[in-house]
Amino acid sequence: MPIELNEEMVRQRIARRIAREFHDGDVVNLGIGIPTLVSDYIPEDVRVIFQTENGAVGAGPAPDKSDLRFIGAGGRPLTILPGGCFVASDLSFGLIRGGHVDATVLGALQVSQEGDLANWMVPGKIVPGMGGAMDLVVGARRVIIATTHTTKKGEAKILRKCTLPLTAKGVVKLIATEYAVFSIEKGQLKLLEIAPETTLDEIRAITEADFTVADPLITMQGTEEEKA
Amino acid sequence: MAKKVIKPVLSAAEAVKCIKPGMSVIIGGFNYGGIPYTLVDALVESGVGELTLIANDTAYEDVGHGKLVANGQVKKVVASHVGLNKKTGQFYMEGKLELELCPQGTFVERIRAGGFGLGGILTPTGVGTVVEEGKQVLEIDGKKYLLELPLRANVALIRAYQADRMGNLTYFGTNRNFNPIMATAADYVVAEVDSVLEVGELDPNEIVTPGILIDALVVKGDNYYANRT
Repeated sequence: MPIELNEEMVRQRIARRIAREFHDGDVVNLGIGIPTLVSDYIPEDVRVIFQTENGAVGAGPAPDKSDLRFIGAGGRPLTILPGGCFVASDLSFGLIRGGHVDATVLGALQVSQEGDLANWMVPGKIVPGMGGAMDLVVGARRVIIATTHTTKKGEAKILRKCTLPLTAKGVVKLIATEYAVFSIEKGQLKLLEIAPETTLDEIRAITEADFTVADPLITMQGTEEEKA
Repeated sequence: MAKKVIKPVLSAAEAVKCIKPGMSVIIGGFNYGGIPYTLVDALVESGVGELTLIANDTAYEDVGHGKLVANGQVKKVVASHVGLNKKTGQFYMEGKLELELCPQGTFVERIRAGGFGLGGILTPTGVGTVVEEGKQVLEIDGKKYLLELPLRANVALIRAYQADRMGNLTYFGTNRNFNPIMATAADYVVAEVDSVLEVGELDPNEIVTPGILIDALVVKGDNYYANRT
């Protein structure tokens, strides 16, 4: 097992790594939890347009004084940047399903090596509902998963097959955890990067899925910017 | 029956009198935003029960239409997310509430179909998941789609920003969400607004919902959330 990392460092690390994935002009939808933190780390030379499922296009950071007439997907207050606009839910999901959103970043309960995603319910527990997640993963051009590598109990989350009810099949393109970055192309999981404090054997020990290893396998990007 | 050209401006209590036990009600809002709080509070006050509630979410148990669920006035919920209202999950688990969960993009398209005269919509969302169960799957150009059926209600309670006396509506910020679509998908539509202007005072370029869809107007009250949205 790799050495355990502080929870806040884990969250910031995953967000910082994913923030390097975007291109200037990308329209991006962030889920709640770790994905929300991604907007804090977008490089200065990249302008990303954040879209929220409830109808903001061009959302900015939280305001100093909250105004419930401007909220994001998790109900968190937001600002609208110059050039931004508001749309109704039909257009918002038209943007999402219609392929007008370049990337979505979401959390996961489980991801399979073929890109299946489970992130909306656990049988036997109260069902919260899928909200916009099923539309986002089907419609966004690139589905990026921000997740801890294992559950709090240490169980693998990156699996051969998901055991929980699916959000969608074969949609995930990139997974970033605190220890590793994987891509999924044509149903094939590939380890691209590993964190400085871990080894390939340790990654294998906490990943149930089968994966190939990039050559060269590089150190996880963005970790050099971490402050102690 | 034709709607009135000049819309009555009613009290919230008067406006919700059209909602009878057993009816379906479609209510605007996403999380805290865009809920017609004053109308919903009047419906809670009325105590009318056995309702089918069609709304994106069931808010919180002490906020907006979440109170309708907590108060036992709802027999069925159609929504995309109910996790913020503990009572919805609890009543569902206890068998006191029927729950139909629907992906949010599908939810809004079903309402659009209901309001736009369509027999249903085809969406790739939910293919290969539990959402597919019991639904017709159609393959078009090699891609699978689910047939999702229209949603309509007896009454719509929506939230807009400004109205004129003909019921034309504008919206503000993320309060817009489902409200303009829901205005198309009910037999009787009541809009709660910040203010009602004279005919001609709204710029036709800024009107989102044409007044021909609206039956009655209610000016928002001073409930905590009505005031803040």
